[in-house]
Amino acid sequence: MVQYTNVNLDTSFAALSDVTRRGVLEQLIRAEASITELAEKFNMTLTGMKKHVGVLEQAGLVITQKVGRVRTCRVGPHRLAEATAWLEKYRQLWAARFDELDGIIEDLKEREKIDGRKKRE
Amino acid sequence: MAARKESEPKPMKNRTTVERKSERELIVMRTFDAPARIVFEAWTKPDLFKRWWAPRSRGISLVSCQMDVRVGGGYRLVFGKGMEFFGRYIEVTPHSRLVWTNDEGGEDGPVTTVTFEEKGGKTLLVMHELYSSKEALDAAGTGAADGMGELFGQLDELLATLGASGGRVRSG
Repeated sequence: MVQYTNVNLDTSFAALSDVTRRGVLEQLIRAEASITELAEKFNMTLTGMKKHVGVLEQAGLVITQKVGRVRTCRVGPHRLAEATAWLEKYRQLWAARFDELDGIIEDLKEREKIDGRKKRE
Repeated sequence: MAARKESEPKPMKNRTTVERKSERELIVMRTFDAPARIVFEAWTKPDLFKRWWAPRSRGISLVSCQMDVRVGGGYRLVFGKGMEFFGRYIEVTPHSRLVWTNDEGGEDGPVTTVTFEEKGGKTLLVMHELYSSKEALDAAGTGAADGMGELFGQLDELLATLGASGGRVRSG
């Protein structure tokens, strides 16, 4: 179960490591679009865009649906959240560490002040 | 501890930011209200370092913390559940720069560079982690958080929160 989730996170990050795919995802967060529209928008061949969307789809970041001859793409509800979640977790860990470090730094500053005073005496 | 009253006057905490700068790089930034020599001291003296590296607020603690802060010197941090982190220092420039390897995962582990930049009595700290490959960073991200033993519980909570907010885009 845990491993399964890790694999998902890895795939999400792999999918998001490409600037075009991030752009596509940002675009889709704003509004759904067809592959043709996306290809035009990103100045790309239909085949090229299909590949990018395919990677995003595999990572669960995007859902596509074919109606007639048009394949419409929209954002998948969960994967993006998962992908950004670990960075946020990581940030929270560091924030907790640094908040603690603030306290130690205050102690050190205080000690310097006292030492400075002693030296002057 | 956690029941501290919200109304209690407390100085504003400086914000910690994390950015995946590229496929192989992660950057953590934070400003401290103290000169670089003080911040540097807290990063290089084991008795100080262990107090914040394993923050009480996260319920983690270090069983042992050995640091030989000089070029070629080693470090070893041992957490309660037998989890160990170790490596060696490859650059030590007092008050401005620390570089160390992370060898617990074998060869080709990430390299951590910490810079301390003093400006007007404050210090901007930048921690830069360079991984050998994109895959290594992907795996470490999940692995490290996992190692803290709480990723998935908190992930669930966060997902629930994100779900509840209807996927609103954060503003600012």
